[in-house]
Amino acid sequence: MPLKAVILIGGPQKGTRFRPLSFEMPKPLFPVAGVPMVQHHIEACAKVPGMKEILLMGFYQPHEALSRFLVSAQQEFKIPIRYLQEYAALGTGGGIYHFRDQILSGGAEAFFVLNADVCSEFPLQEMLEFRQQHGDAHSFVILGTTVSGSAGEQRSFVQHYVEKPSTFVSEIINCGIYLFTPAIFQHIGEVFQRNQQELVLEESSNGWQRAEVIRLEQDVFTALAGRGKLYVYKTDGFWSQIKSAGSAIYASRLYLNQYSKSHPERLAQNKPGGPIIRGNVYIHPTASIDSTAVLGPNVSIGEGVTVGAGVRVRESIVLHGASLHDHTCVLNTIVGWDSTIGRWARVEGTPSDPNPNDPYAKIDSETLFRDGRLTPSITILGCSVTIPAEVVILNSIVLPHKELSRSYKNQIIL
Amino acid sequence: MRALILVGGFGTRLRPLTLSRPKPLVQFCNKAVLLHQLEALLQAGVTHVVLAVSYMSEALGAAMREQEQRLGIRISLSHEKEPLGTAGPLALARDLLAEDGEPFFVLNSDVICEFPFAALAQFHRHHGGEGSLVVTRVEEPAKYGVVVSEPDTGRICRFVEKPRVFVSNKINAGLYIFSPGILQRIQLRPTSIEKEIFPAMAQEGQLYAMELQGFWMDIGQPKDFLTGMCMYLQALRAQHPEKLHSGPGVVGNVLVDPSAKIGANCVIGPNVTIGAGVVVEDGVRIKRCTVLEGARIRSHSWLESCIVGWSCSVGQWVRMENVTVLGEDVIVNDELYLNGANVLPHKSISESVPEPRIIM
Ligand SMILES: Nc1nc2c(ncn2[C@@H]2O[C@H](COP(=O)(O)OP(=O)(O)OP(=O)(O)O)[C@@H](O)[C@H]2O)c(=O)[nH]1
Ligand SMILES: Nc1nc2c(ncn2[C@@H]2O[C@H](COP(=O)(O)OP(=O)(O)OP(=O)(O)O)[C@@H](O)[C@H]2O)c(=O)[nH]1
Ligand SMILES: [Mg+2]
Ligand SMILES: [Mg+2]
Repeated sequence: MPLKAVILIGGPQKGTRFRPLSFEMPKPLFPVAGVPMVQHHIEACAKVPGMKEILLMGFYQPHEALSRFLVSAQQEFKIPIRYLQEYAALGTGGGIYHFRDQILSGGAEAFFVLNADVCSEFPLQEMLEFRQQHGDAHSFVILGTTVSGSAGEQRSFVQHYVEKPSTFVSEIINCGIYLFTPAIFQHIGEVFQRNQQELVLEESSNGWQRAEVIRLEQDVFTALAGRGKLYVYKTDGFWSQIKSAGSAIYASRLYLNQYSKSHPERLAQNKPGGPIIRGNVYIHPTASIDSTAVLGPNVSIGEGVTVGAGVRVRESIVLHGASLHDHTCVLNTIVGWDSTIGRWARVEGTPSDPNPNDPYAKIDSETLFRDGRLTPSITILGCSVTIPAEVVILNSIVLPHKELSRSYKNQIIL
Repeated sequence: MRALILVGGFGTRLRPLTLSRPKPLVQFCNKAVLLHQLEALLQAGVTHVVLAVSYMSEALGAAMREQEQRLGIRISLSHEKEPLGTAGPLALARDLLAEDGEPFFVLNSDVICEFPFAALAQFHRHHGGEGSLVVTRVEEPAKYGVVVSEPDTGRICRFVEKPRVFVSNKINAGLYIFSPGILQRIQLRPTSIEKEIFPAMAQEGQLYAMELQGFWMDIGQPKDFLTGMCMYLQALRAQHPEKLHSGPGVVGNVLVDPSAKIGANCVIGPNVTIGAGVVVEDGVRIKRCTVLEGARIRSHSWLESCIVGWSCSVGQWVRMENVTVLGEDVIVNDELYLNGANVLPHKSISESVPEPRIIM
């Protein structure tokens, strides 16, 4: 069966919770477990038999890094991959409606839609099989998971859909991964028509654009629920949102864990003359690591990174070109591109993991401030930040190109 | 000559160290505080020292028998049943102090300076009054009780507690010499020499002040203990530079016991004291700290302004700062951050202490 996949990558105004890292690089390209966030999606899609094409959809201006990534991903996964740019942010449903002909071209009988900012096992094949087994071969399938991992409800068709409910309605949450047939466009089309009529009444000048802004969750699923068309396939596999930078460290952990099965070659091993590896660690082949450094668990070291003697890194992402001088200790931190940490400095954050004892616990879309105070979070160094020797940087966010001269705690440093 | 050392306080402000041993036996710059004083007294011709003790006297007694042998000096313990303050102990030890009819020294056990005992004795004989006390200049006299004295003779006119306007910047340094006559003034009951005895003596013109040259510090609390260490090491640099450690990775004034081991690629100093049998592993950075006997600092840790208690173990990549004090035999697990932690003896720390706090 000919299939397609759409990955919703958003645009520059999105991903504010990912600052200051999203200043330098579109969030979908941020490395998670050593590879760009959306590469995990692409890899999963490319594996599904019958997959003809993968479409990245968003409202980024054409972008050099993005184009380069698409070229290399096409080569690696041997599948056509294109970027479709919305003329404005059309929402999670507007873009696919606008580009419906592109999606269906080549006779696609079904297609996946995936949010870029989730990390998952992507059980796409299982979603297809589930749809076969569940009678209606034309139904739509949402990937769902439970907040707590408990068995929860057994019914699989969606009775109600409530986006971001303020009171408890269900254990099951939407993973942002869907399987649609072309029939979905009729439903989105209905919303589009309705929007248009309402706008005519309002006599808005740029009515077309606003009628095209459609949210899949609120506008389409809410209406589809209860009509027996929308099913939820519940997964027990790992899943998390990647909203804040803190969740990128958590997501890295989940993917690194998966590598032991899917990509053992990406996991660093303890070798004579190499650094000491504890747990799952990704090291880019171009990084230079002193043999007395101790890395892991859950560490990703990017391209061209230098790690000095006696350095300790745990639960952190070190981005390309960064340099960790001798005896530094980096915990629960994202070290930005080309940043430098002086010797004996300690750079530490507070993990923003969900309940660590619950393998299925889901990360909240946490916010930076609570009661007007910076909530203890991971520490983030923006790009080209310089940390002097021997200081401590604790639970802080340092914006790009800052040269610090002392210790900081619980602060955002502009 | 004879001397009485007041060693009966509980040393509460130097806890948690004083939970394991009495303050006079805590090593300051690798030598028990009391030994600094005993050795200086011996040099000034003192042959008999009375220790006025009240608590933990067994530990003190044992340590002192050893020192008697080593120094060839007589040391008596004068036991109080109840704490007698800073004057009462003189009454209790009256017989021992008055026996030879000579002036005798009295000192607080927790002050550190270049003890000027010989000069003090000479000063005392010269003016002929009943008592002499050493005074030292301080930067902020408003925080202390100050001594107002005549500029040329040194005769003390009065004492002013925490002066609001400037009257003097000299404070009592806790080192005295008295003629036996003072014993008539003191009864056998808890009495403060500073508050109850000195004011009367000053009024009668019997008390003189001699100004101290060089550094002085009351090391009765951790912060001052470390400041006093810096001063002492600086004085050592001037007088006995050969006693200080030198070599690669040593910065400024550093004192290391010969039995201590320091690993490769460490940077130690300025102002660090490393005690006997201490092991500092590779790649450690220490500044402005005292590491007491038998402790181990594991590789790549960073310590500033800390006192590491006896036999402690500080893990790898630990950062400790801001007057963190570890009591005896504390274990700090790897990769933790201790900021101003005050850790009681025999604790094992497995979580960071990001803000100053006492760990029971
Ligand atoms: N192409 C495109 N993608 C979008 C648009 N809006 C959001 N996305 C992407 O769709 C996914 C889901 O985005 P949201 O609906 O904003 O995310 P959410 O999970 O509802 O969380 P919130 O950010 O709190 O609304 C993300 O990967 C976004 O980048 C859009 O207008 N166009
Ligand atoms: N013999 C005797 N000495 C005392 C007594 N109280 C204080 N001292 C000593 O007097 C000197 C000055 O006392 P403080 O500076 O208050 O020291 P401390 O009482 O040991 O310590 P804190 O508990 O921290 O106040 C110290 O050398 C004490 O040992 C006492 O009741 N009896
Ligand atoms: Mg949404
Ligand atoms: Mg006291």
